Amino acid sequence: MPTHATIEVPNLGRVQVPTGLFIDNEWVESLSKETFSTVDPATGKPFLDFEHAKKEDVNRAVASSRKAFNTVWGNNVAATDRAALLNKFADLMERDAAKIGALESLNSGKGVRIAREFDVGDSIAAFRYYAGLADKSHGQTINHFGGEKFVYTLHQPIGVCGQIIPWNYPLMMWAWKVAPALAAGCTVVMKPSELTPLTALVMCDLAKEAGIPAGVINTLPGLGATTGDAICRHMDIDKVAFTGSVITGRRIAIAAAESNLKKVTLELGGKSPSIIFDSADVEQAASWVAMGIWFNSGQDCTASSRLYVQEGIYDQFIDALASKAKACAIGQPSDETTSFGPLISEGQRDKVLKYIESGRSEGARVVTGGQKWDKSNGGFWVEPTILADTTIGMKVVQEEIFGPVIVASRFKTEEEVIDLANNTAFGLAASVFTNDAMQQTRLAHSIDAGTIWLNQYGILHPSVPFGGFKTSGIGRELGTYGLEAYQQVKAVHQNLTQTM
Amino acid sequence: MISPARVTSILRSAPRCINQNVSLQSTSSYVRNRSIRFFNSMSDPTFTHEFNHSAFKGKVEVPTGLYINGKWSKSLDKNAKTIDVYNPSTGEVLTSIPEGRQADVDEAVKQAHVAFNTTWGLHAPGFKRGELLIKIAELMERDADILASIEALDNGKTFTAARDFDVVESARTFRYYGGWADKIHGKVIETTEAKLAYTRHEPVGVCGQIIPWNFPLLMFAWKIAPAVAAGCTVVIKPSELTPLTALYMTKLFEEAGVPPGVINVIVGYGNTVGSALAAHPDVDKVAFTGSTPVGRLVMEEASKSNIKKVSLELGGKGSNIIFEDADFDEAVKYAAQGIFFNHGQTCCAGSRIYVQKPIYEKFVNAFKEASSRLKVGDPFEPTTYQGPQVSQLQYDRIMKYVEHGKDEGATIITGGKRVGDAGYFIQPTVFGDVKPDMKIVKEEIFGPVVVVSPFEKEEEVIESANDSVYGLASAVFTQDISRATRVAANLKAGTIWINCYNELHPQIPFGGFKQSGLGRELGEYALENYTEIKAVQINVSGKCGIPL
Repeated sequence: MPTHATIEVPNLGRVQVPTGLFIDNEWVESLSKETFSTVDPATGKPFLDFEHAKKEDVNRAVASSRKAFNTVWGNNVAATDRAALLNKFADLMERDAAKIGALESLNSGKGVRIAREFDVGDSIAAFRYYAGLADKSHGQTINHFGGEKFVYTLHQPIGVCGQIIPWNYPLMMWAWKVAPALAAGCTVVMKPSELTPLTALVMCDLAKEAGIPAGVINTLPGLGATTGDAICRHMDIDKVAFTGSVITGRRIAIAAAESNLKKVTLELGGKSPSIIFDSADVEQAASWVAMGIWFNSGQDCTASSRLYVQEGIYDQFIDALASKAKACAIGQPSDETTSFGPLISEGQRDKVLKYIESGRSEGARVVTGGQKWDKSNGGFWVEPTILADTTIGMKVVQEEIFGPVIVASRFKTEEEVIDLANNTAFGLAASVFTNDAMQQTRLAHSIDAGTIWLNQYGILHPSVPFGGFKTSGIGRELGTYGLEAYQQVKAVHQNLTQTM
Repeated sequence: MISPARVTSILRSAPRCINQNVSLQSTSSYVRNRSIRFFNSMSDPTFTHEFNHSAFKGKVEVPTGLYINGKWSKSLDKNAKTIDVYNPSTGEVLTSIPEGRQADVDEAVKQAHVAFNTTWGLHAPGFKRGELLIKIAELMERDADILASIEALDNGKTFTAARDFDVVESARTFRYYGGWADKIHGKVIETTEAKLAYTRHEPVGVCGQIIPWNFPLLMFAWKIAPAVAAGCTVVIKPSELTPLTALYMTKLFEEAGVPPGVINVIVGYGNTVGSALAAHPDVDKVAFTGSTPVGRLVMEEASKSNIKKVSLELGGKGSNIIFEDADFDEAVKYAAQGIFFNHGQTCCAGSRIYVQKPIYEKFVNAFKEASSRLKVGDPFEPTTYQGPQVSQLQYDRIMKYVEHGKDEGATIITGGKRVGDAGYFIQPTVFGDVKPDMKIVKEEIFGPVVVVSPFEKEEEVIESANDSVYGLASAVFTQDISRATRVAANLKAGTIWINCYNELHPQIPFGGFKQSGLGRELGEYALENYTEIKAVQINVSGKCGIPL
């Protein structure tokens, strides 16, 4: 099995793409010679076969990353030099944005314009942000001890980091993981999702071209149960960062604890509420909520998947939201105008349809959608769906669907809706729409979630931290907080005059 | 997972939600048309020079007009004259350039306010300001040989130093602050649940900046980069002795797409343009690097007018303390670099060397040998370490100090004389047998002249070192880490070097204790000079307590 393949990409023609393992700046086959297959979500047909990294390959990659950390990266290189490389890498991504966007769209099913402008654009922005931050991480001096002693802290890179990322934002999650890790001076062993490994591999060639030394980024396509498990249990990986489901996140934390107690950060699921008060601007709020739930076809951990509308405007709001659902730009990924593509896989599609069925059988009202798109033609589309009049005990209200399905119910008072909003195991995000300034602040402080949007939804910035309360995760990504996830603090005590 | 700058119509039905109020700025509002217009018309004044040295050959054009609101011009004041710019290596006039006056400052301040209120300040997001600063750094790196050649010609420093230090560090400063622009954070402050309090760090506004001739380009970068990163707009006055690199930079600002009015450059004299900036009622902040007497005037003018914020980076009389356990050879070399780097025209120069008794004689001999071996001459000759002093005035001042030293009974260990008979070259000069109250020990000479004296004890040398109105920089050479840390803690100076000298980094703050200045440049600290803190208190559930 060769390490590269040639595919036909809409609007680009034939393109050679990597399908192998990237270890120590070289493309190699898996030692086991095994491969796994991917599927085109827009057609249901086979897409590409990739090399499958096994435990022995993980060992090779970790050895390479360890060597790089000890020689050409980490404490061996000035932060300004790491920054220059990250900026250079961002320049190359910008140069290749059209190609990267097209490949991302092809593998993940998202609209090509969305992939190019959001996924690629935001990934570049994350790299530029962390390039700037690399030489602005400061320790403290602690001079509380008079002439006796002097203490300072160093913020040092953790070391070799395993990173496991999901299929909903294959490139952006790659950037969120790699940029802060490299800025801090860590080296990485990256496992992209087995459904969407393509762009992570394409990035390896750019990293090499930018001059990032061999071993700083090793990339291992593979499955969670094999590659992922080997990373989490590896005795020479210092930290593992994961974005994905709660179930897998829990397994990762356990594996980390059972092996070498490696540090763990997790960015997991959500069931994020949007709360609309009577005073809100209905049209604006409906537009934000629509974007919040149907962006990326609902495959988003921060999706605005629970809607609570105050009783005075409930019916009006559901009507407004339904009209947004019907006007979603559903279509083929290769079409520039598409914003709503297929779900990632047959399994994911069937899971979403099963949730809709469950909601229906528990008494929810299907306002719009609720079925496959009639032009699916082998692809995995599910229409934008609103389930109204839901109640707190329903499965569709409690569980993360990870598809284009929003559940809606009405509320009377502020106290009541705070209880409803917090009645979940998750705590990733929430939004509040109201024109009452005091109410905004009260709600922002009362809801248990890592991100609160007031009169807005879904907007993220490289400079603003992101992550979850409760089972939605451990730690924060982005912002200066995101850098801390890749650093460890060392306190240096210096004796000036003390004697034993 | 959605970023604001790219939020467009994601859902067909909801274009309003996504377009409006979300995209912070359309690109055109803060990045101007990219067509590059170097000169307004053929009549715009320009300095053209053909360089022909081993590292760079070619013709360079520098626009020499006043740069206001993105255009080069002559003064609005009919009485304005021209300023002669000299080549310090020959004493000959290089060019005559338009002089700025009060009327030009008024116009530049007005335009800087317009920019602050429309295209810059809170109107340009941090990441966009950062992109522009990084673009400027890239252009400086591209033109490094040109900038370094102009700097060497105009200032007299060696081309090698200009390229490897001044230009490199200036570009790094722009790059560093480019990274800060979107990382300026306020705080959220807990009080009670009835209140939300947070701070916003907002740009101060229009900043007047006045810089010296010893590091013309580097001081330009140290001033402009943090101000522009924070969102301020600036009117900067380069020294009338060394205006050429600043003027060349105006070309790069145009090329980078800096919006008009964000950076304005006015060459002129201190008592006209400098004074106008310091006293201007619409300048929100003034930053000055230069001598302590002028710094005092700037602060007076600032206070008498609108109490504008002031930061000052002034003179120094750096003490360089060498203990007997130091790595001897390294200490000798660093001591020479500490004083003779940039021909001693460095505010943090190690101009007072204190050597512990047991190694004093040995040090003096080695230091004499090292000092006399430094090559003084043509700045464009690759082996030259020290070029000319910047001007006749400086040359005369320094030679007068040398005479004072001799008159007061100090001994010249080496140097003390002119080199050659054209230009302003002075031998590296070392005085021994000095006393604490001598003029050459007390006052800043700002030339290649250093005083060396012996000491016995740690406590004694700390006292000597601190016996100065200045407090800019000091160094300690020792292998004993406890002693190094103790002495570092006890010296009154803004920078302490341990086993090194004259090392500066964009990341590390720089500035003075005592009469060496106010505020800090570089590092995160410099952003404080260019930001105002606003505390916002939001009443969440409190009720007014007035008994009505």
